[in-house]
Amino acid sequence: MALVLTEEQSMLRDSARGLISDKAPVSHLRHLRDSRDPTGFSREFWHSFAEMGFAGLLVPEEFGGSGLGFVEAGVVMEEIGRTLMPSPFLATSVVAASALSRGGNAAQKSEYLPKISSGSLLATLAIDEGAKHRPLQTSLQAVRAGNGFRLSGAKALVVDGHVADLLIVAARTAGAAGERDGLTLFLVNPKARGVAIERTIMVDAHNAARIELADVEVNADGVLGEVDQGASLLDGVLDIGRAAVASEMVGLSEEVFNRTVEYLKSRKQFGKLIGEFQALQHRAAELYVDIEITRAATMKALQALDVDVAKAGSAVAVAKARAGTTATRAVQEGVQMHGGMGMTDQFDIGFFMKRARVCEELFGDANYHTEQLARARGY
Amino acid sequence: MTDSETADLEQFRSETRAWLEANCPPEMRKPATSDVDVFWGGRNAKFASEPQRIWFERMRDKGWTVPDWPREYGGGGLSAAEHKVLRTEMGRIGARPPLSSFGIWMLGPALLKYGNEAQKQEHLPKIAAGLIRWCQGYSEPNAGSDLASLQTRAESDGDDFVITGQKIWTSYANYADWIFCLVRTDPAAKKHDGISFILFDMTSKGVTTKPILLISGYSPFCETFFDNVRVPKSHVVGTVNRGWDVAKYLLQHERAMISGMGERGVGRPLGQIAADSVGTDALGRLDDSMLRGRIASFDVDEAALAACAERAVDLAKAGQAHPAFSSAMKYYGTELNKRRYEILMSAGGVDALEWESERSKLGARPRAWLRTKANSIEGGTSEVMLGIVAKRILDLPGA
Repeated sequence: MALVLTEEQSMLRDSARGLISDKAPVSHLRHLRDSRDPTGFSREFWHSFAEMGFAGLLVPEEFGGSGLGFVEAGVVMEEIGRTLMPSPFLATSVVAASALSRGGNAAQKSEYLPKISSGSLLATLAIDEGAKHRPLQTSLQAVRAGNGFRLSGAKALVVDGHVADLLIVAARTAGAAGERDGLTLFLVNPKARGVAIERTIMVDAHNAARIELADVEVNADGVLGEVDQGASLLDGVLDIGRAAVASEMVGLSEEVFNRTVEYLKSRKQFGKLIGEFQALQHRAAELYVDIEITRAATMKALQALDVDVAKAGSAVAVAKARAGTTATRAVQEGVQMHGGMGMTDQFDIGFFMKRARVCEELFGDANYHTEQLARARGY
Repeated sequence: MTDSETADLEQFRSETRAWLEANCPPEMRKPATSDVDVFWGGRNAKFASEPQRIWFERMRDKGWTVPDWPREYGGGGLSAAEHKVLRTEMGRIGARPPLSSFGIWMLGPALLKYGNEAQKQEHLPKIAAGLIRWCQGYSEPNAGSDLASLQTRAESDGDDFVITGQKIWTSYANYADWIFCLVRTDPAAKKHDGISFILFDMTSKGVTTKPILLISGYSPFCETFFDNVRVPKSHVVGTVNRGWDVAKYLLQHERAMISGMGERGVGRPLGQIAADSVGTDALGRLDDSMLRGRIASFDVDEAALAACAERAVDLAKAGQAHPAFSSAMKYYGTELNKRRYEILMSAGGVDALEWESERSKLGARPRAWLRTKANSIEGGTSEVMLGIVAKRILDLPGA
């Protein structure tokens, strides 16, 4: 498989870019933030997104989706990254849709996937509990009760948690925190008794929530995949999410870089364009190379996922680790090279810095994924 | 790609796999660890081993020393997609390149683009068959990063040029049969406009070479002197005084070659090499957490660069590559290779310091470590590469 977009993928990119840059430039995020929008994204725009087939992009055609692959999902995420558009695409269309189509039984798939495709159902994965992403440390308890389970515990950084219609909750049905065995995924109705949801306003003005479950009853139909054996389903779903976030970070990095290079070509000091200074030229060139290798590593990961999700782990770790360091560098250079302007809220660059910080924590930061690669390589 | 093209490619893959399995000797399925393991061809070439000879001859007979060159010039005539399949399949079994050659990596592509038919007929098949070993006459004592200021003169005399001057850092000039050389044919023109790209035999009267001893203790480079060397004008590639176009085009290929040097590296994963000397803890992890972190970060960057190198080839085949992209790759690849060897030295500790013992294979590691320091200098320094990226790709202002 060539590491370039096919003609169809380029067309998808162009239509996503056209739509997003037209309807949801960075000012869209600014408006949602400043108006303290209760939803945190535009439902109207989400419906037009769904009409174009993006909401069900990964959903198989038999469930009303487009049946496309992870490279295509990455293409859309990258365009989202360019304008920092808040959108249910990541949580609902990428992560939750993958969890349901990979782990769901026939009834679960036919209940939820068509609604995701039509844009009428928002869903999200609730995974993190501590300050850092550590899936195997999951300790939210699910104990057997009657025909089902009773769930108790807390989750953080649940993307779109306060607007989701369906929560996919990682819980421990056996074993101790840190163990691979004993993890189970549950489909939880956010309106069920015992569910408390706190929207957390985040640094990047994107959606997140903390969720507490107190003896929440879930019947046996609410188990996604196999009891105690959720780790491998979770691995795959998380890797899909990681590669998607890496794509968003590629788009974000490239956009902040393009804006910075334009600034270097227009800002004058000492009677010169600051882009004439070699100190800045070389730093810009280094950043360009970083972004190019990150883009390639991310495409590689997305293609690997399309071939076999179960075997894409190392490629995904490389992509997410690289995306983290590259985006961090890109936004820091972006602010620094814009000088005092970069520090102002009125200027957009700060939004990119804030979003990059959240993307870095989402589904594991660069250190986490670098560690995963070391373990996979056996040293 | 249509379904039938995909099917043809899969057919090619299975045939190639079977052929490689049957024809690549087991000894040629591990990375070269020293220069002796590399076959360079040429009039005085000797094979280091029988498997090396067999592997070279079998690949040569299929045209797979230069798989994507046209068949009429001794190549394999493979399409871009087939070439990628061959590389992947060779990589799968760890097969070494059968022939290493500046003719393949640098001159060949330049001749294919700028050479006339007679030049292509004369030189390309001999490169493909490993009959002639080439060296590169570019740098001069006063023309390094500022290559276009070169001063080696070529004066017109009837049907010939008469060449006088000095080159430096000429890789393996003392083993080379022919040289591709930049000479000044118009001293009055602006510096980029008076240069020609010319080919001549190193046994010509007036050519001498003198190896330069480097910090590695080896002499891969020479000083090369020309004293009234007579060369037919028909040996100029491209147009007289337009040699800089050829030179730049060739440099793109040279940079791609140098950036790929790291990939041919050391075979086993760095973390495992380090574990052998440093040891592991109870969890089987490298017993030096800082070194382990450095290695893991290196591995991330190396994998990302490998993906980018693959993408660069795919972009070129799709006609979407920026011509200066090889400068970006050269910068990153060479800096990464220096990092690799700093890690290897740190991992090796005291054992990596021996210079002459048999135990250390005559100091293979410290010598290789020192050799890598040239990677970010030769073929254009890292600073020159960043300047090229800044100006040609990013279009930043200034000289």
